[in-house]
Amino acid sequence: MRDSLARARVVFNAIAAVVALAGLADATYLAVAHLAGDNSVCGPSQPCSIVLGSAYAQIAGIPTAAFGAVAYFSAFSAATLAAFGYPRARSFLIVIVAAMFAFTLWLLYLQAFVLHAFCPFCLLSAAFTFCLAGLTLATPPAR
Amino acid sequence: MKRYFPFILIAAVAMLTVGSGAMLYRAKQRSVAAAAAAAAGATAGATGTGASAMTPEHVRGASGAPVTLEEFGDFQCPACATTAGVIQALEKVYGKRLRMIFWQFPLPAHQHGRDAALATEAASLQGRFWEMHDLLYQNQATWSAEPDIRPLFESYAQELHLNVQQFKKDFESEQVAARVDRQREHGVSRGVQNTPTVFINNQLVTPPFTPERLQEAIDAAMPGHKSS
Repeated sequence: MRDSLARARVVFNAIAAVVALAGLADATYLAVAHLAGDNSVCGPSQPCSIVLGSAYAQIAGIPTAAFGAVAYFSAFSAATLAAFGYPRARSFLIVIVAAMFAFTLWLLYLQAFVLHAFCPFCLLSAAFTFCLAGLTLATPPAR
Repeated sequence: MKRYFPFILIAAVAMLTVGSGAMLYRAKQRSVAAAAAAAAGATAGATGTGASAMTPEHVRGASGAPVTLEEFGDFQCPACATTAGVIQALEKVYGKRLRMIFWQFPLPAHQHGRDAALATEAASLQGRFWEMHDLLYQNQATWSAEPDIRPLFESYAQELHLNVQQFKKDFESEQVAARVDRQREHGVSRGVQNTPTVFINNQLVTPPFTPERLQEAIDAAMPGHKSS
């Protein structure tokens, strides 16, 4: 029983690390495009351009996606360490994912009710964060 | 070894992210610059001198300034607001040696970009373009999020002591719309695709428009500057 729980912890944390990596790639791409001044990321999609061109696309001059990249990297690090059995890593992962979850809800609110437009890259990132939250909740706690 | 493996993995991912991010950044910068430079070159060939063929509507600074900085901007573009702040600070630094030209280039992707351009042009007809320009950039976060921006723009007109009735009339006029369209077409003819796009003495400057980068470009354009 203990062995199967330990194995489940490793598997769940490993999957969380992979999901965080995917989120990191998404957020890094958006942050780099923003910094390079590339407005063609969205292609012909107008709602996407509205979101990425909005005042919420940066906070204090820093692309919002850059904060996402840092958060995903932190989540990846915590999930990797948790998968290798580092005891404090899980607590750190829970804190990071909870903050990301709250921030994602705020971003979704902005898209739905303030900007009235959605961007696929942002929705993809939201999906990764929800996956991370689900995996973190589902991971059996260490004894 | 197993003890260190997760840390090695994390460090590898960090390096990979920074490395691929830097490569992507360079590639994106090159593609943005190449598209604009190619078209700017075409315009230069067409005019023979490379100088702008259209008389600018919005000029700030001394007419005899040795350096002219042109910005194609969209008032709802966050990077334009940041760049406007940088340019304003540089105008103070260079004084009479720098002249600033603003060209309207509202992007269709921005919900209120065109309306903001119309508002500044309507203010321009009452001699208050730059005041409205500065006000819109300063309050970008406020009005960008509003579903109906006209009452807000009218309140800005009031704040600037404009004739609000005239402002409202001009805002909806064909004359003002044509002014925006002309400037946008001028931008397209010079290869502008994104905002902000900056030219210094008719030479395209590639982003990011940090104070250091723009200062370097302005210094390089100053007569008598010796390139190191």
